Formats: sequence, structure tokens, C-alpha cells
Amino acid sequence: MTFVLELLVSLLIVGGGAFLLIGSIGMVKLPDLLTRLHAPTKATTLGVGGALVASMVFFAGLEGTLSIHEVLITAFLFMTAPISAHFIAKAHLHEHTELRDGLPPTGRPVGWSTFDAAPAAGEADGEDDRRGAHD
Amino acid sequence: MIEYALQFGLAAASLALLLNLWRLLRGPALMDRVLAVDTMVINIIALIILFGIQQRSTIFFEAALLFAMFGFISTVAYCRFILRGDVIE
Repeated sequence: MTFVLELLVSLLIVGGGAFLLIGSIGMVKLPDLLTRLHAPTKATTLGVGGALVASMVFFAGLEGTLSIHEVLITAFLFMTAPISAHFIAKAHLHEHTELRDGLPPTGRPVGWSTFDAAPAAGEADGEDDRRGAHD
Repeated sequence: MIEYALQFGLAAASLALLLNLWRLLRGPALMDRVLAVDTMVINIIALIILFGIQQRSTIFFEAALLFAMFGFISTVAYCRFILRGDVIE
């Protein structure tokens, strides 16, 4: 039983470390920020989740001291990683307004939310296929 | 067996930190640097957790939790500063 637990902890640590490395290699290799954003937010979060589960199994199964902190850290990281990625992407679009030229039409009378003002109440329900109010 | 796995994990997290540092120094866009710091915080959390397993001590989890909170809050604060020109309106 101890051997199985040790094997599980070792596999989780190795897998987590591999995912951490893959996420950081992706952040160095990928071409621009909006693609680069994918590597740390997915692979690195999974890697640190693997390390935290390994720690939980290690302390609960082998040391006999059940600790609940890892669950807190895992839940916090998995909740906050998409939020910070969304904020970074939005701030990047806010800084580089030339990126709006590559966007597809929204199919609605209002434009994309980062570049155009929010629609007035009731305005977003029309069938018009304009990009935004200003063009 | 766990010792070898821990050595691999610590080496992988440290190498990941060095790659993040390269992106932090190089990063062409401003948000690249913010993303690099955000990823560095996550890698440091993994490093603290693996160090805690190696030392067989649960005392490092509070440090990891504090790192997680401050990393998230600083990223969001910087992005809000870029987006709105102010952190707390």
C-alpha cells in the first residue's frame, strides 16, 4: 500500500513538473501575447494542481497528517487563473487598438466590447449587421 | 522514489522560473511582462509546495496561500490600472 501511494505521489510530482515546464516553454516559444496567454493559464495551472494533489496525497497517506490547505490553494488558483488571463487579454487589447482590424463582425448592431462603448438599454436587440455605432 | 521525483519536480519548476524570467526581461508588449510575473508566482507556489514535501513539513502552505493571493491581486490591480487609469475608483 505504501509503495502504491509513493508511486502515485511520484507520478503526480513528475507530471506536475512536466506541465510547469511545458507551460513556460510555450510562453517563450509562442509568437504573440494572445497565443502566449494560453500556455501559462492552462498548462501551468494544471502543473501546480498536480503538485498540490501530490502534496495532499503525501501528507494524508504517508505522513498521516491530513491538511486541507492544498484544497484551498488549488481552488483559489483554479478560480483566479481565468480571471487574470481575461484581464491581461483585455488590457492588451486596450493598449493595442490596431488589433481591432483583424476581428470578425459581431453579427449584432454593437461592436466588440473592449473597443466600442456599451449599447444603450434595448439597443442590442436589433437585427442590423453593423460593426458598431461609429462606422 | 519520491526523492528522485522531487528532484525532477524542483528542477522543472526552477527551469520554468528561468524561462519566465527570460520572457520578463525580453517581453515586447507591456502585458507580456505582467503575464511573466503572474506565471512566476504560480511557479514559485509549486516550488514552495515541493519544498514542503521534501522537508516533510506543512508549515509552508500558508506562504503558498499568501503568494497565490498576492499574485492574483497584483495582476488584477495592474490590469485595472491599464484599463481604467486607476486601481480603486
